[in-house]
Amino acid sequence: MEIQKEQNGNALTIKVIGRLDAGSAPELSKELTTALDGVEDLTFDFAELKYIASAGLRVLLVAQKRMNKQGSMKLINVSEAVMEVLDMTGFASLMTIA
Amino acid sequence: MEKITVKAVLENLQTVIDFATEHLEARDCSMKVVMQTELVIAEVFVNIASYAYNPEIGPATFCMEFEENPSAVLMTFIDGGRPYDPLKQTDPDTTLDIDEREIGGLGIFLVKKNVDEISYEYADGKNILRMKKFF
Repeated sequence: MEIQKEQNGNALTIKVIGRLDAGSAPELSKELTTALDGVEDLTFDFAELKYIASAGLRVLLVAQKRMNKQGSMKLINVSEAVMEVLDMTGFASLMTIA
Repeated sequence: MEKITVKAVLENLQTVIDFATEHLEARDCSMKVVMQTELVIAEVFVNIASYAYNPEIGPATFCMEFEENPSAVLMTFIDGGRPYDPLKQTDPDTTLDIDEREIGGLGIFLVKKNVDEISYEYADGKNILRMKKFF
């Protein structure tokens, strides 16, 4: 997995490339701990996210809870495969998917 | 039958996924089936790596067999760790709102949702999880 960040004032876009599973989720989680400081508008760009496993969903849930307190969060460019997982787990209704 | 045995540690997840993907792609499985299977493997392997032998380290074996008419892949995970039937875990309530959602229980739920048949057996001191997926 690779993480690309683009910050624009208090808006942050995080592009996650590859697989977001238990092997890579801790890295994203660690990254978010500090990267979200002062962010009010968070976007996850999943254009190149191959799949998301439960460990990745947990990171998204934690991020969503945090952003509910300090701003907003959305997911963009969600592939069919990733969308299926979000639907199956009910995450699609907890998050803004643009 | 295709078979791989690795130390059940997180660092070997990619090795097992690559092994499976290679065999699935060789049989012209769709991208969707490959991804769903990768997800299933990731969840089961991570469970074994995290809990089966903890805090020790032990082996996990992954086997694949293919059937034709209808096309299906049979996958088996075997570990010699403590007995654990993942199918006994209750499914998470996916309708709860964000503050009530629990951070666990999603892995095996996703496994069940992405295979067509699944069964667990504890035999000869081993956990054996068998799954079948049509493609």
